[in-house]
Amino acid sequence: MTEGERGPAVVVQDVRKSYGDLVAVDGVSFTVAEGEFFGILGPNGAGKTTVLEIVEGLRQADSGFVRLLGQDPWPRNSALLPRIGVQLQASSFFERLTAKEQLGTFGSLYGVGEAVVADMLELVGLTDKADVQENELSGGQRQRLSIACALVHDPDVVFLDEPTAALDPQARRNLWDVLRAIQQRGKTVVLTTHHLDEAEILCDRVAIVDRGRVLAMDSPAALVRGLDAPTTVLLQRGALPIAEARALAGVDDVVESEVALSLSTRTPAPVLSALAERGALDGLQVRTATLEDVFLDLTGREYRA
Amino acid sequence: MTAFTSLSIAMIKGFYRDRTSLFFMFVFPLMFLVIFGLLLGGSGGERTKIGVVGDGPVIAALGAGEALELQRFDDLDTAVRQVVDGDLPAVVAQDGDDVRLRFAASDRAAAGVVTGIVSGVVNEANLAATGQPRTFVLDQRPVEDVSLKPIQYLTPGILSWGVSISAVFGAALTLVSWRKKQVLRRIRLAPVGVGTVLVSRVLVSIGTALLQGVVFVAVAVLPVFGLTLSGQWYLAIPLLVLGTLAFFSVGMLVGAFCRTEEAASGAANAVVLPMSFLGGTFFPVEQAPDWLQTVSLVFPLRHMNDGMVDVLVRGKGIEALAVPSAVLIGFTLVVGLVATRVFRWED
Ligand SMILES: Nc1ncnc2c1ncn2[C@@H]1O[C@H](COP(=O)(O)OP(=O)(O)OP(=O)(O)O)[C@@H](O)[C@H]1O
Ligand SMILES: [Mg+2]
Repeated sequence: MTEGERGPAVVVQDVRKSYGDLVAVDGVSFTVAEGEFFGILGPNGAGKTTVLEIVEGLRQADSGFVRLLGQDPWPRNSALLPRIGVQLQASSFFERLTAKEQLGTFGSLYGVGEAVVADMLELVGLTDKADVQENELSGGQRQRLSIACALVHDPDVVFLDEPTAALDPQARRNLWDVLRAIQQRGKTVVLTTHHLDEAEILCDRVAIVDRGRVLAMDSPAALVRGLDAPTTVLLQRGALPIAEARALAGVDDVVESEVALSLSTRTPAPVLSALAERGALDGLQVRTATLEDVFLDLTGREYRA
Repeated sequence: MTAFTSLSIAMIKGFYRDRTSLFFMFVFPLMFLVIFGLLLGGSGGERTKIGVVGDGPVIAALGAGEALELQRFDDLDTAVRQVVDGDLPAVVAQDGDDVRLRFAASDRAAAGVVTGIVSGVVNEANLAATGQPRTFVLDQRPVEDVSLKPIQYLTPGILSWGVSISAVFGAALTLVSWRKKQVLRRIRLAPVGVGTVLVSRVLVSIGTALLQGVVFVAVAVLPVFGLTLSGQWYLAIPLLVLGTLAFFSVGMLVGAFCRTEEAASGAANAVVLPMSFLGGTFFPVEQAPDWLQTVSLVFPLRHMNDGMVDVLVRGKGIEALAVPSAVLIGFTLVVGLVATRVFRWED
């Protein structure tokens, strides 16, 4: 690849991997462009970690084609290693070292000086935990430290396996900011997640994976649009008589529950203005389809994160 | 900092911050050194205490000799009562030319020692009294004997044993815990060679072994224990290094097979304990039956121990290292090769 030409960061073609009889990855293909934020979404055991580890060069695929930054990651390709940053699903730390020492040690494996350690701690909000040993950190703090360790050498491609799994909502949001900032510096980010909302907010594109197969792959908005799912308008119970609601133009279905009256429609704009005319907007909520609905639609199963 | 230095430092910190491993590598062997050192310290080289009454050339000569320690009594009856009570093995009374020896009939060994010494002194005094020249001259000087004071074999033995514990456990537990905690996989994702990781861990073990050597010898030379080091004690250093390598490779093998730390320490114990009993840690192998001595030759600890005794206390030269070194190096190569074959990065 010549200078300036930006090929794809990751190419995966028809990759398969079995553990004995169990087919963990069953013909997965996708491409991640350089600078893209790519999400792999799916329930437990879908094969997300396996795919990721095949791309990172930790596992060998049974068959298929894998390229990372234009090179084959298997067998261990030391030319690639300085350019990728990996956060494994289970956090991996040296025994009895403090947060600061972990970062310093991992950094030195990449020839990075101590200078970045403080920045990294700051980045993931662990400055006040610098001298705490790894086993005394909380689950979320360990997770953040593990992410910092993946970023310490400023890699071009970052792989994060469920980075927000143990984080509280605030820490999750902070981490989203960190990840967006990384992408804005032109880096490629590949993450796996269980959180559909997270994928919707962060990812340029997501692959929805289940039972080792990619069910759908597109931008979150396009996936939702493609679903052609109705919008649900929720009103306070009794805001409008049910019969009147049914009669509104564009309303497909009306359901009344203990607390709410929900109208489903494919044309939310005229329905909302009709409701406004009647002064029936008490407790109004509008819910559009999400990736959750996409998943439900694709698998016929409820999404269980 | 280079990857090598920082990995070594990470390992040192991880190791020395663990109280349990510090205990087993330093305090535990030292406990054995102290207990056995004090327990066995009395045997050999101690002076026999006898009672004396009166004064004269014989009693003076007995006091001047190295073998006996004298306790004075005013009259023979009191002194004999001590013998009857079993508090003293013998009494000697001198009154002018009259020398009497009374000894306890029950303790043959002590009686033999005391009668021998006393009659020797009396004969010497008789000869001096006649003024005759000697017909027979006894030429006597000490020779290096095979049997050693307990502390002299305990120190090299317990040092070798301590090194085997730290190297086997160190290698096995690091390997298992790093594999279990995915540190190995994480390192594999970094641009650092396997050799760098391995060598830094080996160096930490060698450093630990040398430190053990310093600490154990420092304790053993204290007057209570009374270790006397040979002039060539520094020849123990290459032996410590080679011993560490051999036991480290055993640890790698144990670590490759075990999935959990508990299993690894069980297996490491199963390797180290029999070796320590049969390898001459707590008693000289020469005291064991012949067949056991032969069996013990398969243990690297036995060879390390033999070499240690030779260079640390027997004052033998560099040639004493030949066999132990050859065995330890061979052992390291064979076991190390097997260990690399069965090595796993992950479970
Ligand atoms: N080392 C292994 N040996 C045997 N089977 C494995 C191994 N690793 C994973 N599997 C199996 O492969 C399948 C896919 O596992 P994988 O870890 O890729 O799922 P995942 O999507 O990452 O799940 P999660 O969301 O729980 O992390 C699972 O059924 C799992 O049991
Ligand atoms: Mg996973």
